[in-house]
Amino acid sequence: MGKIRTPYLLLLPGFLFLFTFFILPIVNLAQTSTQTPIAGGDTGQYEQTLRFQNYIDAFIENREQFGRSFLYALIATVLALMISYPLAYAIAFKSGKYKNFLLVLVVAPFFTSFLLRTVAWKQILGEEGFVVPTLRSIGIISESTTLTSTAFAVVMGMTYNFLPFMTLPLYASIDRIDPRTLEASGDLYANAFTTFRKVTLPLSLPGVVAGTLLTFIPAAGDYVNAAILGSPNTKMIGNVIESRYFKIVDYPTAAALSFTLMAAILILVTIYIRKAGTEELV
Amino acid sequence: MSFDASSARGDLILTRITKEYGDFKAVDDLSLTIAKGSFFALLGPSGCGKTTTLRMIAGLEEPTVGSIHLGETDITTTKPYQRPINTVFQNYALFPHLTIFENIAFGLRRRGIKDVDAEVNKVLNLVELPHLAGRKPTQLSGGQQQRIALARAIVNRPALLLLDEPLGALDLKLRRQMQIELKWIQKEVGLTFVHVTHDQEEAMTMADTIAVMNEGQIEQMGSPAELYDNPETAFVANFLGQSNLIKGTISGNDGDSIVADLYGQKVSLPKHRSHAVDNSIYAGIRPEKFRISLLNTPVAGNVLSGGYIEDVSYIGVSTQYQVAMPWGQELIVFEQNDDGVAPFKKGDAVNISWEPIFTFALRGDEDVTAGSEVNPEVLDEE
Repeated sequence: MGKIRTPYLLLLPGFLFLFTFFILPIVNLAQTSTQTPIAGGDTGQYEQTLRFQNYIDAFIENREQFGRSFLYALIATVLALMISYPLAYAIAFKSGKYKNFLLVLVVAPFFTSFLLRTVAWKQILGEEGFVVPTLRSIGIISESTTLTSTAFAVVMGMTYNFLPFMTLPLYASIDRIDPRTLEASGDLYANAFTTFRKVTLPLSLPGVVAGTLLTFIPAAGDYVNAAILGSPNTKMIGNVIESRYFKIVDYPTAAALSFTLMAAILILVTIYIRKAGTEELV
Repeated sequence: MSFDASSARGDLILTRITKEYGDFKAVDDLSLTIAKGSFFALLGPSGCGKTTTLRMIAGLEEPTVGSIHLGETDITTTKPYQRPINTVFQNYALFPHLTIFENIAFGLRRRGIKDVDAEVNKVLNLVELPHLAGRKPTQLSGGQQQRIALARAIVNRPALLLLDEPLGALDLKLRRQMQIELKWIQKEVGLTFVHVTHDQEEAMTMADTIAVMNEGQIEQMGSPAELYDNPETAFVANFLGQSNLIKGTISGNDGDSIVADLYGQKVSLPKHRSHAVDNSIYAGIRPEKFRISLLNTPVAGNVLSGGYIEDVSYIGVSTQYQVAMPWGQELIVFEQNDDGVAPFKKGDAVNISWEPIFTFALRGDEDVTAGSEVNPEVLDEE
C-alpha cells in the first residue's frame, strides 16, 4: 500500500498549491463574471444573478481591444520568430566555444525587471533619446513624428520582452538536429534553401511551436507594454481588464473579459497545434 | 538549378590534395586514382586523414591545395548537391522526420525524377526491406537503418558511392554479414564504391584495391593480397595483420634472391619483395608462414635456430606460440592444428623455418613498432 500512496503524496504539495492559487481564484472569477450591481448599493457591491449577458456586453463593448490584442500579439510573435530563428540557429551551429556565453546573453535581460526594461525603452524611444533625433536627421521619420505612445512602440516592446521565450525553445530544438542530416541533405542534391525547407525547418518545428506559444499567449494578455509605451489608441484587452478591475471597480465585466480572453486563446492555440501537428505549417 | 557536374562519369582522380586545419595537415599531398566500377578502400587508423579525404570527395570539405576530377570534370569546388556522388554516413544520418520511403525518395525528388515510386520500391527490394517503407527511422534496428542509408544513396545511381565507416555501429556478426552483402550489391549495381574504414579485415574482405593511409599520406596501395604478402613499410606490415620483423644486413645476391644475415644466420628472400635502400634491412615474415620443429629435425628453406618456446596459446583452429630467440627477440608463430601432432610445450628448444618466398624486406631504418601500437578496434574515428 505504501508504494501505491507514494506518488500521490509527492503530488500533494503541487496539487494544494494549484488548488489554492489556481482553482479557487478561477471559481471565484467565474462566479463574479455573472454578477450584477446591488440595486442601491455602493460602488463595487455586486450580487449573483447569473447574468450571462455580461459576457456579450463586455465583448461587444471591447471588441476593438480584443482585435488589437490578437493583432499586436501576432505581429510581435512573427517578429520575434524572425529575429530568434537566425539567432538560435547561429548559437546552435555556428558559435563554437562562445555557445554558453551567447546563451547567457539571451537570458541576461531577466536579471533586471521586466517593468524597468520597458520603462527604459520609453526613454530610448523618447524625444531625448538618440533614436528619434537620429532617424529625423537622416529623414526616415518627419520632424513631427514621435515613436512613444504609438502602436509601433507597443509591438516593439512586446517583441523585445518576449524574445528570450522564443529564442530558448528554438535553440533547444535546433541544437538537437544532427548536423550530419544537413550534410546528408546536401549530399542528396538539396541546395541550402531546400535543405532548410525540407530538413532544418521540419526538425525544428517543435521549437517553433513551443516558442510561438510561449510568446503569443502572454503577449495576447499583456498590458504592461501598452500601458507604458502606448496611448489610449493602442489599448489592449489586458489594459481594459486592469482598468475595469482597479479603477472602475467593475468586477463582473473584468471577470467576463478574462474568461473570454482565455477561451479565445485556447481556441486559437488548439487550431494552431492541430495544424502544426499535421505538418500543414511546413 | 543547374547540375553542371552531375553528368560527370569516369575515374576519380585526386591530384596533390592537401587539407590543413590551422597548423595541422589532415591530408598531405595525396594523389590517387580510383578506377570506375571498382570497390576501393581507404584504410588507416583514427586521425590518418581518410575521413577528411572522403569528405573532400563528397564536397563537404574543400581541399587547401590540389584538385579533384571525376572523369574529365573538375569537381574540386563544386557544391555537394551538384556532384553525382552520394554518401552512406557513419551514423546513417537518416532524416528522422521522414518515413523510410521519403528518406529514400529524397534525392530522386530533388532531381525531379518522375517515377519515384518504382525507383524507391526497386531499391527497397534490393536491400530486402520493402515492408518498412512506411516506418520512421527510429523504429528500425541498426542493421535496417544501415541498409536504408545504403538504399537512399544508391537509388540515385551516383557515379561514386562513398561509405564512411558504414558498418562501425553494427555488432560483429551483423558486420560480417553486411560486408558480404555490400560486396554483392556493388557487383549488382556496378557503381564505384569508396569505402573508408579502420578495420583491416573489413577492407580486405570487400575491396579490390586498398590504400593504406597514415598521417595524411598513402603508405601503400594495392590488392589485399599484395599488401599482405609484400608490404613496403613497417606501418603496413603491422597494420594489416601481424608481422615478425627481424633486424639484419644484406650479405649477397643469388640470382633472383637476396641473401641476408639475421643475427649470424643466413636466410634468402626474393628480390622483388625487398624494399631496402641499402644493406641494412628488417626481414619480415607473417606468423602463419613460420613452422616450428624440434632441434635436430631436418628442415628445408630458411631456418633460424636456437629458439625456445616461451608461451603457448591454444586458439582452436590454430595454436599461437611465442618463441624466444637467442638475440632476445620474441617471434610470433601461428601453427594450424591440422596435423594431429600435440602442440609444443613451454621450454621446448626449437628451430623456426619457412619458405624463402614468404619473406619480405623493409628498410633498416624503419620504426618497427609503426602501425602496431594502435588498436583500430577500440579507437573511434576522429
